[in-house]
Amino acid sequence: MEWRLYGGVGVLVELENPAAVLRWCAAIDSSPLDMDARPGWQSVLVTSPMPTATLIDALGSLEYASSVVEPGVMPREFAVPVVYNGEDLQVVADSTGLSVEAVVSLHTRALYTVVFLGFSRAFPYLSGLDPALWIPRRAIPRARVPAGSVAIAAGQTGIYPQPSPGGWHLLGQCALAFFDERNDPPSSLQPGDHVRFVAT
Amino acid sequence: MSAMQVVSAGALTLAQDLGRGHLLRQGISVSGAADRGAHALGQRLCANAPGAASLENTLGGLCLRALSACVVAVTGADVDLRVDGVGVGSNAAFVLPADAVLSLGQVRRGLRAYVSVRGGFNVTPILGSRSRDTLGGIGPLPFSAGDIVPIGNQNVGQAWFEVVPVPNFEENPTLFLRPGPHDDALDELGWHQLEHTQWTIDPASNRIGVRLNASPLPVGAGELPSFAVLPGCVQLPASGLPIILGPDAGVTGGYPVLGVIGQRDLDRLAQARPGDHLRLRRLHSVPAPRLLRSL
Repeated sequence: MEWRLYGGVGVLVELENPAAVLRWCAAIDSSPLDMDARPGWQSVLVTSPMPTATLIDALGSLEYASSVVEPGVMPREFAVPVVYNGEDLQVVADSTGLSVEAVVSLHTRALYTVVFLGFSRAFPYLSGLDPALWIPRRAIPRARVPAGSVAIAAGQTGIYPQPSPGGWHLLGQCALAFFDERNDPPSSLQPGDHVRFVAT
Repeated sequence: MSAMQVVSAGALTLAQDLGRGHLLRQGISVSGAADRGAHALGQRLCANAPGAASLENTLGGLCLRALSACVVAVTGADVDLRVDGVGVGSNAAFVLPADAVLSLGQVRRGLRAYVSVRGGFNVTPILGSRSRDTLGGIGPLPFSAGDIVPIGNQNVGQAWFEVVPVPNFEENPTLFLRPGPHDDALDELGWHQLEHTQWTIDPASNRIGVRLNASPLPVGAGELPSFAVLPGCVQLPASGLPIILGPDAGVTGGYPVLGVIGQRDLDRLAQARPGDHLRLRRLHSVPAPRLLRSL
């Protein structure tokens, strides 16, 4: 674990993998100290009204707690039907040296975990992508990616919750049924939940 | 029910309050008034609860008709403010009679003016806030002519009808940033350049982020795995031109963050217009700690 001061806001704890992010969030949530966790892909921003030095002192005990913590809620599993007709299927196939069928097969075979909800409008960042599907972000992001696009980049996969600019490679399209602003929380996908993509 | 009618909305008028800070971990931007201080002053002048909503108008042009008599206050940008054509002052509450038209004309200084009303604007709250999140598309749509904006009852005391002194708008403001987490993305020469450049605000700036123009900074590190960011973060994208995140910025980002600007300076930034200049200075409030350490 390494950490970086975050401009007077808190401490950014850098972790080895997304699984550690979920454990650190659980450890911070169950800590009696007044702290908040802001998860990322391989990091947690820990904020607190406590002085930064006190917060830094608490990191060691959080590291221990994160190694023994039990998840508070049972993760649920979502099966997400996807039409694999994405614009970047061929690009991904060429870049990874796989056939389009193999790309789809690898993407549907894995069980993914929601690491955190980020960017905007609860974009779910999923871990568990097969390493054979590793591909960097597009050199030039698209100006507009349609809502419901299922995409991959840099070892991650996710679902665009709304039309937005985006630099990930588009594999397909799913019906968006995870976000309802009348609900609190608005996203039915929550960190720790599992997702499986089903080709339709 | 008392209400106001939008006669014209100007370039951009949004409902804003203090935002959705409780949903950051749900991937929802904080949003809320870009100039928190000006918005809060408007609520105090009208004796509203701090969480009441105001109308955030960018660059003037907003006209509102009172459908019944109400108490209003305009704060933020220095704007040519009139009631039925007669000039009135900002930064004080006043009575707007029924059928009177309040108009925000030319903006003399600043960018964003806040119209507050006693009781607060009672647009429908979404996810615990009446703010419009322009990135996530959450909350009431931008206003347009003909809209009826209901007035609520979130008033808690006596309105304040005397003019309150406010700080002058500064030309070429200097904003202070606290370094970290990726202040090592620039070497000392790079920091010297950042601090000694007169930055110009790019026209593409908005509530999501303020983009700065000048000679690009030397860029080393590329993108990072997404991590938590917040309004005030000074990002260094591959272009070498910094972006200062605003209230509608996403809750995570992948560009190195050189440092964070505090809310007071963000309020001043919210009043800076495209083409305006500003400077950035590093704030060393603590004896320079080693910024990257292993436990």
